[in-house]
Amino acid sequence: MTDAPVSTTATATPTPVEVALPPPYSALHRHPMLPVATHDETARMNFLINLVSHVGKDIAPAMPAVYAKRVEPAFKKSRGRDFANTSEVREAMRAEPAYQSWAALRRGAQEMRHQAGRAMVFRQLEEIDAAARRFNDGAPTLKLNPQVQVPKYVSVDNHLSPGGYEREVLAGDIAAGACYEAGHFVTAGGGTGGKSDWPGRTIAHFVKRQFPDFKPKRILDLGAGGGFNALPIAELYPDAEVIAVDVAAPMLRYGHARAKAFGVNNITFLQADGETLDLALGSLDWVQTTMVWHETALGPFRNMLKKIRTLLRPGGLSLNFEQPNFDPDTPMVEKFLRDWDAWYNNEPFWAKLHTLNFRDEMIAAGFTPAQVFEEWAPQVRSAGAYPAWVQTVNRHDAEHAMANARKSTKAVRAKSGMYLFGAWN
Amino acid sequence: MTILDINALANAKAKGKRPYFFDDPAVERVLSITMAVAGELAVTRERLDTIERLLEAGTPVTKANINAFKPDDDAARARQAWHAEYISRILRIVHQELESLQSEGDVNPEALADEISAA
Ligand SMILES: C[S@@+](CC[C@H](N)C(=O)[O-])C[C@H]1O[C@@H](n2cnc3c(N)ncnc32)[C@H](O)[C@@H]1O
Repeated sequence: MTDAPVSTTATATPTPVEVALPPPYSALHRHPMLPVATHDETARMNFLINLVSHVGKDIAPAMPAVYAKRVEPAFKKSRGRDFANTSEVREAMRAEPAYQSWAALRRGAQEMRHQAGRAMVFRQLEEIDAAARRFNDGAPTLKLNPQVQVPKYVSVDNHLSPGGYEREVLAGDIAAGACYEAGHFVTAGGGTGGKSDWPGRTIAHFVKRQFPDFKPKRILDLGAGGGFNALPIAELYPDAEVIAVDVAAPMLRYGHARAKAFGVNNITFLQADGETLDLALGSLDWVQTTMVWHETALGPFRNMLKKIRTLLRPGGLSLNFEQPNFDPDTPMVEKFLRDWDAWYNNEPFWAKLHTLNFRDEMIAAGFTPAQVFEEWAPQVRSAGAYPAWVQTVNRHDAEHAMANARKSTKAVRAKSGMYLFGAWN
Repeated sequence: MTILDINALANAKAKGKRPYFFDDPAVERVLSITMAVAGELAVTRERLDTIERLLEAGTPVTKANINAFKPDDDAARARQAWHAEYISRILRIVHQELESLQSEGDVNPEALADEISAA
């Protein structure tokens, strides 16, 4: 032992490391259709939101090391080659205890949040249904069409939600919408904000800031679900008429009532399939899709991009908020982590979508190369929604952090940004 | 009034075969039950925290007051911090496995005894 100098000054109290804490469930903005949570239901959601955050920020970031230190070298040694695709990585990872724990906890937390949210919704379904009917009955801004068939790719119980977007428990109910909002808050670790609308806010402010002369009068939000992300667009463009289209009636009923409850009156909720949507050609200034494409399928995705182009007026805007596609230099482990939800979170098209090239898809849909663009929009959050100490961790942050660290030129913007692709028609 | 089987609805399973990640599915079964029980303990702990805060404030501890309790900012933060700490504690074994990825490997206890005894 060397004689290290002994400090004579009293040791200062070490500053504790700031731990990123997610918002409590009570930060979700109340409205009459949101199920009322008892004390214990709130506490259960608080536990789950912390579990999701923990798995996302304290376990998931270790997966690249599991891959690099153990899985990849072992595969190379035994096979004498690199992994050919993410399915091979998936099978190799299955043998790793650290991966097993992460995957089981990630899947388990998702199942638990559905259970907790659903218990809350179904014990008061009649009350929240009645609240919705007070906003919905006879409203000309809610246009349901029972003839609309829910396509096969929508009926897959996406993100493990039993009954998906479309199943009704009581005829004409809003259960799917209520389950979505309560549970999504937990899955996203609070990362979509107290009004479940940070993507929509980001998009609306991005368009307003980047294109100040663009004055849309007719906006379509395709695959709008509960309208969570259509609301901030409608609010920022109060003179525009927004048409929120979805195939799933329970989502539309919930969304329509919720929009009214929040005092947003310039949205019409319309039940229709985007593939066969019957609106006048060239009649729209802006067509928005937010987190929709990964829950479709290849043919319908391509058909709907074409459809969007024909619905837009010349000079109209197509904007899509989606997981970015893989680049030629995307590392295999990042691809594997990003594909995970396709296999284990009932998002079957998710992995396939990653392998496409959005720019090429837009061009194939009829836009010219000069019209197509990709952007990273800095996230805009609702002011004052959360206490100052809250730091949200999204379920996908670990994967996205890898992508952001890699993208040299766009890295700075991408760090706090959301990926968008689109075109000016 | 329609009587809904809330338990059955809440516990409904999503479409598709459930994946098992551990070599032995029994491990997954036990982990799932353990995490659910852990969640219920956390619920009880948060309820206890509410009761303590009501007592401290001299508010009668009634079910209605417990349900109506709204933690202020400091209390909300302390409660979230408790959940975060609690989860780190119960998932300690998972982190030990992750940490061992960074370390050299197994220690031979006899060799270590010799090594630390050597002058
Ligand atoms: C993940 S949700 C996103 C909802 C919404 N955009 C939001 O940001 O909250 C995807 C939605 O797309 C809808 N959808 C999928 N395919 C569709 C189609 N062909 N036509 C209309 N809606 C569709 C689903 O019913 C579902 O509500």
